Amino acid sequence: MMTPYTLVDWVLGDGAGWIARFIGAVLVWAVPITGFVSFVGLLSIWLERKISAHIQCRLGPMEVGYHGALQTVADGVKLLAKEDLVPADADRFLFAFAPILAFAGTVVGFAVVPFGPGLIVADLDIGIFYLAAVGSLEAIGVIAAGWASNNKWSLFGSVRAATQVVSYEIPMGLAFVTIAALAGTLSMSGIVDQQQGWIANWFLFRNPFTWIAFIIYYIAALAECKRAPFDLPEAESELVSGFHTEYSGMRFAIFFLAEYAQMYVVSAVAVVLFLGGWYSGIAPLDAAVGTGVAGKLVGAGIIVTKSFLLVCVQMWLRWTLPRIRLDQMLYLCMKILMPFGMLTLVGSTMWEYYFPTPEIAKVGGGWTGNTVMTGVVVAIIGTLSLIVYVRSVIRSTPSLRAASNP
Amino acid sequence: MNAPHIPKAFAASDVRSEEMLLNMGPQHPSTHGVFRVVIRTDGEIVIDSESHVGYLHRCFEKHCESVSFLQSVLYTDRLDYLTSMGNNLAFSLGVERLFTDLVIPERAEHIRVICAELNRIASHLLAIGTYGMDIGAITPFLYCFRDREKILSIFESICGQRLNYNYVRPGGVAYDIDDSMIAAIKDFCKYFRPKAQEYDDLLSNNDIFVRRTANVGVLSKELALSYGVTGPCLRGSGVKRDLRRDLPYSIYSRFDFEIPVGTGERGTLGDCYDRYMVRVREMIESLRIVEQAVSQIPDGPFKTDQIKGKLRPPKGESFIRVENSRGELGFYIISDGKDVAYRVKCRAPSFHNISLLTDISRGAMIADMVAIIGSLDIVMGEVDR
Repeated sequence: MMTPYTLVDWVLGDGAGWIARFIGAVLVWAVPITGFVSFVGLLSIWLERKISAHIQCRLGPMEVGYHGALQTVADGVKLLAKEDLVPADADRFLFAFAPILAFAGTVVGFAVVPFGPGLIVADLDIGIFYLAAVGSLEAIGVIAAGWASNNKWSLFGSVRAATQVVSYEIPMGLAFVTIAALAGTLSMSGIVDQQQGWIANWFLFRNPFTWIAFIIYYIAALAECKRAPFDLPEAESELVSGFHTEYSGMRFAIFFLAEYAQMYVVSAVAVVLFLGGWYSGIAPLDAAVGTGVAGKLVGAGIIVTKSFLLVCVQMWLRWTLPRIRLDQMLYLCMKILMPFGMLTLVGSTMWEYYFPTPEIAKVGGGWTGNTVMTGVVVAIIGTLSLIVYVRSVIRSTPSLRAASNP
Repeated sequence: MNAPHIPKAFAASDVRSEEMLLNMGPQHPSTHGVFRVVIRTDGEIVIDSESHVGYLHRCFEKHCESVSFLQSVLYTDRLDYLTSMGNNLAFSLGVERLFTDLVIPERAEHIRVICAELNRIASHLLAIGTYGMDIGAITPFLYCFRDREKILSIFESICGQRLNYNYVRPGGVAYDIDDSMIAAIKDFCKYFRPKAQEYDDLLSNNDIFVRRTANVGVLSKELALSYGVTGPCLRGSGVKRDLRRDLPYSIYSRFDFEIPVGTGERGTLGDCYDRYMVRVREMIESLRIVEQAVSQIPDGPFKTDQIKGKLRPPKGESFIRVENSRGELGFYIISDGKDVAYRVKCRAPSFHNISLLTDISRGAMIADMVAIIGSLDIVMGEVDR
């Protein structure tokens, strides 16, 4: 952390006063971040359409632009031009305010999401803590939307959203703490810095418990984004459209954009915490690009690519899995994810105490004993899951089942 | 009104909450048509529900009293519009029973069985697909449509229609089928058999799907029989009753097929999963019938030459029951010797199947309510007639 760490510092130098820094931050960040959120929205919606189409033996949008790339833009224009309906007896102020609240709650998360080395709006010392704190801000917007709509289905959706987001904060927080304990810092850049060097230094491979932490985080993140199989708040077949049933036109589009921006934020955080952030995992490559402008650009490319890969996994899950029920959602959170999260926290810190990661590994060494141990544990888990999978295949195939118990 | 049955897990709370009256339908994504349920809920738990039907009433029975028998066949298409072939077949058999000496050609009988069974597969595909969508899995729906599309294409080549066929008529069928259509049916049989495994992989063995459907909406054998439930819903409760086997009509007695029944394999006997699995397995059995029928289809006329000019059944009455894809479809036809029926009464399976919704959805959650309605697989065109 020798170099100035945010772009504003980098542009203005060290001596600028706080007013200059504030104005600088607004100029340098507000516009690009808004642009980036829109870009993420457009790209994710197009990706979702294409991925879902190819999963479902369809083509998806093909007409507007190359393979329908501009379809989302056309739809955005359509939504802008649509009539902005407010239901009778709705709470008009809250109805109009809710989408803004939901969107703002998501966009403030971008403040601590790095786009590359030094490319971060505010490199807060309490980066993860801040993220956990603002993470549920979006839920308030959703609850307000459901309440203001004066529709029972919307109300059900928003109550479900409140239940879900508040519950899943806990396992997500436990996953955060697991990594924070390993990294010794809450700052996003600080955490990424710990993972430079070879791929083995990523927190995902640091010890066997971080694997569990990653899975817990990812499940909790799905719930946080209200994505299938946790799409209970908008459950189309049950609640019509849940909290945004009554929304149309641009207000609906803002909810939509907030959802996709949220997907990107949770994926980027997963990349920062577990998958090496802007480091490629190949030590010589990272060393070669350095930390200058080239390094920033390559780093930004790496972190955005990794995040979008995780976004695609979310889409893949959505188009494969059915939706779980409310009680099952709470069961999963309270009785499975939370105990495992605590186990992970304790296990990970104990592991680090008894098998401390050598300093050489932290700053870019090769494969360490720790990684070998992790590999062994992962291999065991992999073998067990393979056995479970083969058993389920045998059970579900009548001919094999007949052969196995004559 | 009995005291509502609330599962123990939810009754433990001392919190007093207010009940809410929730109107589900007639415009709702999961009521499978214009069906309305008024639900009394305590939070997400359904305490009581009341079904309202009749939004799609079209006076089918009255129509039959004013148009000729052949024209009435066309109205039967609109009953259960996903199994039009079966409806046509039932009504035609009913009209044919009014005659005493009518002989239907062998080829026509085979074509009828092939069409009815293919249509049963198409109907079950839709039932399974929409059921997956009710549970939240959208992809199986598209997979089902992909395969259903092939059946519809076959029907399109046979009779020019994709949904309301008006193909099976009193005395035979409307048009003959040629070798290319037989080849297409054979190709479909080859294509479809391995596809059934795909549905099992995607849906039947999906852990979330099983947890959402097993032990939900348990329909006991006694309750099912007392409500007159038929079809896959009854067989899902473990009753081995299928009119194709128990009271054979047409030439069903010649074919070799199994009658799948629910076994409670993942939960309780008669739960939503059982009803779903019965449909999945019935598709394969229907496929077996199609394969057998198409391999032994004889040459000859495709309709009887005993009916000349206007169709005028002799004076009398007849009753016919057939196993349609949703249950027993019955027609009671009275003829007074004219070309127009004196009275037609239709017994529609969906109407009876949906009538028990209140009984089996008590104490379930709203999400379960959707699962239960989906597992009963109603078609409103038939409920309201």
